[in-house]
This record gives sequence, structure tokens and C-alpha cells, in this order.
Amino acid sequence: MSQTAATEAPPAGALPAHDDVRDDAREGTGGTDAAPAARPVRKPRLFARNAVSFVVLWALMIAVPFVAPNFYVVSLVNLFLIYVILIASLNLVIGFCGQISLGHAGFFGLGAYASGILSAKFGLTPWLGLPAAALAGGLGAFVIGLPALRLHGHYLAMATLGFNAILVVLFNELIPLTGGPNGLLGIEPFALGPIALDTDETVFWLVWIVSLVVMIAIANLVDSRMGRSLRAIGGSERGAASLGIDTYRTKLATFAIAGAMAGIAGSLYAHVNLYVSPETFSVFPSIMLLVMVALGGTGRLWGPIFGAAVFIAVPQVLLDFADLELLLFGLAMLIVLIGFPAGIAGLADGWRRWLK
Amino acid sequence: MSGESIAAATGDILEVAGLSRNFGAIAAVADLSFKVREGEVKAVIGPNGAGKTTLFDMIAGVTAPSSGRITLAGERIERMPAHKRVDRGIGRTFQTLQIFTEMSVLENVVVGHYPRGHSGWVNALLRLPSGLSEERREREHAMALLERVGLADRANDRAGDLSFGDRKLLELMRALATGPRLLLLDEPAAGLSHAGAERMMEIVAELNADGLSVLLVEHNMRMVMNLSHDILVIGNGRFIAEGTPDAVRTNPDVIAAYLGEDEDA
Ligand SMILES: Nc1ncnc2c1ncn2[C@@H]1O[C@H](COP(=O)(O)OP(=O)(O)O)[C@@H](O)[C@H]1O
Ligand SMILES: [Mg+2]
Repeated sequence: MSQTAATEAPPAGALPAHDDVRDDAREGTGGTDAAPAARPVRKPRLFARNAVSFVVLWALMIAVPFVAPNFYVVSLVNLFLIYVILIASLNLVIGFCGQISLGHAGFFGLGAYASGILSAKFGLTPWLGLPAAALAGGLGAFVIGLPALRLHGHYLAMATLGFNAILVVLFNELIPLTGGPNGLLGIEPFALGPIALDTDETVFWLVWIVSLVVMIAIANLVDSRMGRSLRAIGGSERGAASLGIDTYRTKLATFAIAGAMAGIAGSLYAHVNLYVSPETFSVFPSIMLLVMVALGGTGRLWGPIFGAAVFIAVPQVLLDFADLELLLFGLAMLIVLIGFPAGIAGLADGWRRWLK
Repeated sequence: MSGESIAAATGDILEVAGLSRNFGAIAAVADLSFKVREGEVKAVIGPNGAGKTTLFDMIAGVTAPSSGRITLAGERIERMPAHKRVDRGIGRTFQTLQIFTEMSVLENVVVGHYPRGHSGWVNALLRLPSGLSEERREREHAMALLERVGLADRANDRAGDLSFGDRKLLELMRALATGPRLLLLDEPAAGLSHAGAERMMEIVAELNADGLSVLLVEHNMRMVMNLSHDILVIGNGRFIAEGTPDAVRTNPDVIAAYLGEDEDA
């Protein structure tokens, strides 16, 4: 983004320490501006807010393969981590940037099919499938965002939903590539040299590190210049534009980054599950992801971890009552929206403050 | 043309020529022409619905003019997107506050440094040192701005938790952080207590004394009369009068259209 024009404007003279933040070229030209802040300002942390607590949580999860009673529990944790990526990236769009998206599972699917097809049909290693999936998800989000992000509110929601529906049709109809409704078979697992990561316990390490990297990237982003600009849009798009933020481009970039992260989740999913089929990526999962963002805590970094935990745990508890599960999620959504819009992470914050 | 009080040597920071905007059948702004000289405070006054906010929105780039020209420091800007106009030196506040309530007070002002920042998306995702040192400079500068209006103590509070008056000050400092040459203030004193309005007036006077040009929309006549070098009066989107505070105060058209009903506001 070209900011050169900004440096051409002569200083208004109204600002103390004005030249501090100007280009090097201009540094010192303003001379004797007022002294810098008398009050000490906390330096930006070396690590982003919450990045350290994510590392701690992930460090605790190292124990999972060792203490899990059976492989099934590990497989649930793998799925949990994949959904953490999905919900956290959607939270970036909805919670932080304030843009409704009802097509996030579509980008998840683009990543899963990209990586899965490259593996099953072209014999490409998943190590290349993973970046290809990020590219597919990011590019898909960019292309849909191009027209859709000109829209706001309900219109944006419907445009993204429509896009998701189109993708599902493609996943179903491009049978030679996708396998159609029967799903895509023959996806190879990740492998480290001769060792195939084909068990839940071995692939756990890959899912573990990738999800941690994505979560740290999100924590970094939120606490950065571009992150503040996208959060500003979430606060007030008009306000953000009045500060020189190109709101459309910023929304588009946010959308593409979130799409790429969903694509990464898709690749992990494809090579953990070794099978993908269209219904995993349809409009309904997109709505569920949105519910989990809200339930976890919209616009809160820890929200998606709670959201994903609920999403994975509840069906286990209600294994025999699949319909009840839907009812419960719907009810939970209503309760969250009406009763505690800050979600589980918001409640947790409240308790923490109360305990102090 | 009037208002010789400002040195004639300085040029015009803003020139508006034949500017109009229609909303359907309503001519919200109709064929307005005026100038703001470098370093001056120019007030735009007129009854509610006169078209003042629409005029601001056109200058800031939020609303496209139906016709007319806007020139900022010699450059035509009426087709330029809003964010580019900020780069060119237009800062603004809003009649209805547009602060970022979920961000901290300090962060609100830090965001205002956006036009002068450099670090991009890769820097953001990787948290590179160059981004951090840029952020530290922006934070120090933002804190200095907050000190100026007595909000430094609230720097780490959620912006939405500030009082209405403090939110108005915050929005002003946020606009100032962009490094504007021309500040558009849409009713900065509206909703403030008497003391709050006096305070706002002092701050705007200070900013202007430091060289900042100001285009001011305000109903508080004390503020308008005290601060302005020159006043433009509009009604129903049309020109009514223009001149120094004294000239405008005694203009019969103005009294008929506006001042008579609102003198004690
Ligand atoms: N977006 C809009 N759509 C339709 N009419 C509008 C819009 N914005 C302003 N108007 C109309 O334009 C006129 C001027 O409004 P405004 O600029 O807000 O006046 P002021 O700020 O002087 O009170 C009013 O009649 C208002 O109803
Ligand atoms: Mg108005």
C-alpha cells in the first residue's frame, strides 16, 4: 500500500513530537516540536498478547498422545485442533473485522479438495498439498470477496452463503476429480521420510504444530498495525475510512487470510481423515462455524478454543441423540445472543476480573 | 470575499466550486462555492437539514457529489476515495461518534497513525521487529496526544467506557494523529456540558494557533463566533451569506434564516 502521499503533507505543526512517526527522510526536519510523552508508554511486547498463553496451552496438549485412553480420544483432539483453526480464522472475519461470512466451510472444502485431489489423483506429497490448500482457500476467498465485500450485513451474508452453495455443487458434480457425492478416496497421509503419519497419534504432532503456528499468527495479526486497521473496520467502517484505511482492500485481505487458514485446516482434515465428501463443507457446517464463533466469544482470541471444544465435545456426550444435538446448538445460540453476547470467553474474562 | 483578518499571503487550503448533491428529489447541497484559507477557521452554519453534514461527507469522500469541484491545496479531489484524501491531509470528526469502542483508548489514537505507517500484512502475521519499533513510536506519539486532552490516565481503558465528552476528545485526537492539514469538525460541541464545550473550544483554538486549518460545523454560537475567522451560512443546501462573524451576525438574511431562532443556543 502506497503511503508516499502522506509524507508530502507538511506537518500541521499541531502535533507534539510529530516527526517521530514520519519517514526517515523527513526525520528531524520539524526541529523543536514539543517533548515526547512525559508518561512512560509500555513498549510493544516481544510476543503478542495471548500468544504466550496459546503456547502454554499447546504445551499442555503434548501430553495428549501419552495419556489418552485410546486412539479415539486422540482423533477427537486432532479434529478439535482443526476446528480451532477454522473457528479462529472465521472469528478474524466476523469478530474482529465485523464482516458476516456464511461460506467459511466452503474455503475449508477448497483446501481439503485441493490437497486431497493433488494427493489422490496426481500423487503429489501432502507437504506440497498443504501450501496448495492455503493458496486455494485464500484465492477462493479473494475471488468471492472481490464482489461480496462491496456488500454489507445481510447482503454479504447471502452472497457468501450462495458462494458456498455453488462450491458444494462443484464438489458434487466434478466427479472425475472429486469423486462426487461418494467422496474422494485414495488420499495419502503425510509422511516423514519412510514414516507415514497414518495413525491418530503420529499425525497429532503435525496438527498440533500447524494449529499452534496459525493461532500465533492470528494473535500476532490482531496486535499489529494491519490488525488494528481491520479491527477498526469492525468498530466503525466510517471511522476507519476517516483515518486513511482503505476499508475494502483491508476487508479483502482479511477475508483472503482467513480463507487461506481455512484451506490449511482443509488440508489437515483431508490427510488425517484420508477421505473427504461434500457434506462436510456445505452451508450447514458454515452456519455451525458461525454459531461456534458466537458461542466461544466473538472478537475474543480465546473464543474459538472454547467454541471448538464445545463443537467437538457436545456430540460425544449426546452420541445417541443426534437430533437433540442440533436442538441444543440452536438453543445455545439463542442463549448466547440474548444472554451473554460476549460468549464463553467473555464469561471467563468476567470471572477472572471477579476473582481479582 | 471577506475576512481580511487572515494574512493574504497564505493560499487556499480548500476550494469548493459549484458543489451539489441530490438525494432523489431533495437537493441536500445546491451549488455551493467557498474557500478555506490556509490557517483559518471557517464555520459553516445553518439550521438542521441545511446540508452541512452532506457537505462534509462530500469533502471527506464519503458521499459523491452530484456535480461540482473540490480542490485541496491545488489538487482536485472530488473523485478521490476517502482514504486517499486522508493521505492528502483531510482529517475529520463525526456528528455521530465513530470511535472504536472495543479497542483501548490508546489503540484508537494509534490507529490514527495509519496513513504514516508502513508495516504490512506479512509484518503483522510474523510480528517482525520493524513493526514493533514503528508501533512503539506510534504509541509514544498517541500518548502525547492523549496527554494533551487529559486522557492519558485512561489510555488502557476500553474506549467505549469513556464518558461522552471524553469520547469526543478521543475522536478529535484520533483525527489529529493522521497528521491533517485541514480538519473537518462536525458539531464538536454538540451534547457537551458548558464546561465541556469551553474546553473543546480552547483545544480547537490551540490547534488552529499551531497552524491547522479548520472547517467547523457547529450550533454553539459562542464557539462559532469566538473561533471563526470567516463564516458561511447555508439554508436548504443553498448559500445565504458569508463573511466575518460581525458581518454575519448583523446580516438580515442570516437573522431571518437562522440566528434569530438560535441565538441563545
Ligand atoms: N443519505 C441520505 N439520503 C436521503 N436524504 C439525505 C441523506 N443524507 C441527508 N439527507 C437529507 O439532506 C438534507 C441535509 O441533511 P444534512 O446534510 O444531514 O443536514 P445538516 O447536517 O445541516 O443538519 C436533509 O434534508 C436530509 O434529510
Ligand atoms: Mg449534520
